[in-house]
Amino acid sequence: MSISLDEVRHIAALARLGISDERAQLAAEELTSILAHMQVLTRVDDERAAGSDTDGKTGMTLRPDLGPPIPLLRAPAFFAPEMREGFFLVPRLATHEDPEPSP
Amino acid sequence: MSVRETVESPRAADSVASGAFEMVVGLEVHVQLLTRTKAFCRCATDFGAPPNTNVCPVCLGLPGALPVLNEHVVDLALRAAIALDCEIHPVSIFARKNYFYPDLPKGYQISQYDRPLATAGRLTTDATGETAASTVRITRVHIEEDAGKSVHDRFAGVSAIDLNRAGVPLIEIVSEPDIRSAAAAGAYLRALKQLLEYLEVSDVNMEEGSLRVDANVSARPVGASTLGTKTELKNLNSFSAVERALDAEFARQCALLGAGQRVMQQTLLWDAGSAAVRPARSKEESHDYRYFPDPDLPPLLVDRARIKRVRNDLPELPAARKARYRETFGLGAYDADVLTAERSLGSYFEEVARAHRDSKTAANWVMGEVRAALNARRLEIDRFPVRPADVAELLDLVASGTLSGTAAKRVFALMAETGDRASQIAAREGLAQVRDDAALREWIEQVIAEHEPEATRCARGERKLLGVLVGFVMKKSKGRADPKRVNQLLAERLGV
Repeated sequence: MSISLDEVRHIAALARLGISDERAQLAAEELTSILAHMQVLTRVDDERAAGSDTDGKTGMTLRPDLGPPIPLLRAPAFFAPEMREGFFLVPRLATHEDPEPSP
Repeated sequence: MSVRETVESPRAADSVASGAFEMVVGLEVHVQLLTRTKAFCRCATDFGAPPNTNVCPVCLGLPGALPVLNEHVVDLALRAAIALDCEIHPVSIFARKNYFYPDLPKGYQISQYDRPLATAGRLTTDATGETAASTVRITRVHIEEDAGKSVHDRFAGVSAIDLNRAGVPLIEIVSEPDIRSAAAAGAYLRALKQLLEYLEVSDVNMEEGSLRVDANVSARPVGASTLGTKTELKNLNSFSAVERALDAEFARQCALLGAGQRVMQQTLLWDAGSAAVRPARSKEESHDYRYFPDPDLPPLLVDRARIKRVRNDLPELPAARKARYRETFGLGAYDADVLTAERSLGSYFEEVARAHRDSKTAANWVMGEVRAALNARRLEIDRFPVRPADVAELLDLVASGTLSGTAAKRVFALMAETGDRASQIAAREGLAQVRDDAALREWIEQVIAEHEPEATRCARGERKLLGVLVGFVMKKSKGRADPKRVNQLLAERLGV
């Protein structure tokens, strides 16, 4: 990947910098060289590099996105004070006399 | 001043106030993740299951049950956070957000608070007819579980609770208060929905509650840098509801401020019927929730290898697809915008274009006839009975001259109704284009006889009537006549 003179002038204009043709040419060469070096760096395999923020720490266990669910020993109706049509019934809250979403 | 008093708008001041103030909006978007099982247990996430059938000891909050995080939740949340250009934190912490409500069986929601998964992102929106292109900063993206569902109007005097949704995984995407108009809020939400759809992290179905929006809105004098007192708007069931609610609430705040009153920080509910807001409950500050780290859950560690894997697996995003459509298929900006608005529509178009090869015609048909048929039937494209290969076959029949454009539209309508292939319908309905001169001349003679005055005037030099007469022939042939050949034969017959 290389940086063109036009791109250098465009960036300079965005940054409101005056730039001479000579300096723009130099900047294009330098930026192209930097990008070429970055390309080399991206090829480095750093997955096992030391110094990761998670090194040495014990995190949570994760589980796969799979069932089956943990079965209930008894159906919800056995331990619900009141059910109707599959819903648990609770007294309507005084602050929610009008239908509205929960917090 | 009572809460009720604050929501009455002193309308006399509307016009003065709204010109002097600027709207400031930040949005909180809850997105249900597309997983098979819940966030911390193995219950299914199916929408529409009978109430309280997708429940287990964990999501019912039974004593002794412990949560274990679903790995796919982490990956989907990361996918969204990376696409939103966020900084991903290698260590994040789950906290308990405590409040008491019947649809929250544990008495707390597992969420992330001071150490979220990701922060400091951004989302850029394209210019629309009403808004300029802009970038909205993303404050944070964090993982949390959903509460159950309370139904207050099903049974008299009681509330009905369904805990199927309790524990379903969500991400919350919080924006900075960078939005300055209702239209810009709509543009942000549409761009976010489009991005999430492309990422396949959610089905983003607002009707089923997979994407929910709360809006924080305040008004401040134009040119001011400090923020005004905000209110939080809830019960926003569509993007247009968000836009209308923001405009209504901004007008209300402007009227208050213009009349020398102050805005009270509170949560308001949008009432679409009356197109006005009404107070919900006094605003709960975050410390009311008594957040603390969940002792059941160790820190979530996200290493660089996981981030790299998720980043590498990101699908093509809307901007890249738009550019590709312009470059590969030679489409204009408008066509590329329309066809990439929904990922599934774009994929459908691509299949038609690849099979038919004339991508411009494919684009026109998908944007026109296909979208119209979907809208008329209120169908999503993945349930549309006409497959892309069938549309391509239909366009091939038009390109080869077997079907006229008019007949093709009739064939397509029947394809959408029956799911049959174009060639079958064309044969069955006798819609193949007629190019046999004898048959065409017969129709032409009939039209000349039936429309003698027009035919005579045309023959005497009113050439514009030729098109009218061609139209009569097309009508008589039920769209089957080859219009080019009819034009030639008619011109010969009338000597023009």
